[in-house]
Amino acid sequence: MPTFDVNSGFLYGVTTVIILFVIAQSVFFLVRATRRAKQLGITGATIRSTILSSAIFTVAPAIAILMGVITLSKMLGLPWPWLRLSILGALTYELPAATTTAAAMGVSTSTTITDPHAFTAIAWVMTLGIIPGIFLILFGLKKLEGGLHNITGKDQKWGKLFMDSMFLGMISAFLGLIFADVREGLPGYIPLVVALISALLMCLCGLIIKVFKAKWLEQYALPLCMLGAMAASIPVTALMK
Amino acid sequence: MRSYKDSVHFYGRIWVATAIFLMIMAPVAICVYYDAWPELKYVLTGLLGVAPIFWTTAIIEVLTYAPMLGTGGTYLGFITGNLSSLKVPCALNAMQAAKVEASSEEGEVISTIAVATSAIVTTVIIALGVLLLGYLQPLLESETLAPAFDNILPALFGALAVVYVSKNWKIAITPLVFMIVLFLAVPSLASAVGVLVPVGALIAIGASRILYKKGLV
Repeated sequence: MPTFDVNSGFLYGVTTVIILFVIAQSVFFLVRATRRAKQLGITGATIRSTILSSAIFTVAPAIAILMGVITLSKMLGLPWPWLRLSILGALTYELPAATTTAAAMGVSTSTTITDPHAFTAIAWVMTLGIIPGIFLILFGLKKLEGGLHNITGKDQKWGKLFMDSMFLGMISAFLGLIFADVREGLPGYIPLVVALISALLMCLCGLIIKVFKAKWLEQYALPLCMLGAMAASIPVTALMK
Repeated sequence: MRSYKDSVHFYGRIWVATAIFLMIMAPVAICVYYDAWPELKYVLTGLLGVAPIFWTTAIIEVLTYAPMLGTGGTYLGFITGNLSSLKVPCALNAMQAAKVEASSEEGEVISTIAVATSAIVTTVIIALGVLLLGYLQPLLESETLAPAFDNILPALFGALAVVYVSKNWKIAITPLVFMIVLFLAVPSLASAVGVLVPVGALIAIGASRILYKKGLV
């Protein structure tokens, strides 16, 4: 019987298979969508800038996900959190799933797990707890799209307003979230100040695009504003905490 | 001949079914390799603690984000995860910059390109991070950088709001005021923001419909 280790070569092997699958799926969809984009007359320059701006945009959130892997690694080793956060997972789900199961077994969450039974129980909960969403995608996406088409109908203007409203609903929820801590005093305003800095940077980008006709900036404005506001949050936090 | 959309559904289902199989086989393989099947009561207790919330959230996320991401973006985005803080804003930004509508086929392909790129970059960054962990961990866990990573969402949605709210401020004002008042009154709802996204969407759709019928948008 192999000795259990949360950082064993076997666990890295299992993780590698999943990671390769995720990359293969992403490349498959990227190639097919790019081919279709060309058939639809979308220029190579637009496709390239979409890829580049999406890549830049992803860097900071991806580092945050990496930090989630590190957070979970103290308890579960590196390969399993790496696997879970690369396919379907998010720290907001994986951490409660792991700690709830550990608590049920009376296992400490502050030390590395050495009991394989405890590890597999946590692994099953993390897996089964997150999977229903993709069953719905597998069996229900086509029907969902049909339902959406019925709602928007043939009225193109209403269809566009409907989609914009969906986006605005999401943005409103996350903007509201920024206000959640303001009752805690000055430090509670930090997220609000960071959001305002980000918004001001976006206005500045808009101005530069308009005045200097810097169309290239349109693709990169959001990632630049996000990174700029994140950088600004360091002195802002120092001042307000 | 199969249309592009039909082919995305066809291949998307194959990829999703394979992903489900692999996801389930991962813990199975670990149990078999170490001969360490867990006690069912612990798995059920753990699931009871998280499943009611997360299964509900998962269903809500599908209903909310699938129309935003398009067909290909949905099949891919829901496998690779991290939707609200990464894939959806990334797709939104790409469609906005390319000046294509989310409901059009052009929007569909641009969204898919953005989500696929984001998934590849995320996977590569995490892989590099894991490989170089010894060097990166002190930097990533430094107190100096902590505020930057604590404020990713405000940094992202502040800029995104300028783009979308300024275009549709008449529609935006109702859900925005509702959410601000709600979070001011009940700050503990911060942990349930995922569930509040469709609530915001329904309010925005309602406001939008009224304004549209009155000819105000």
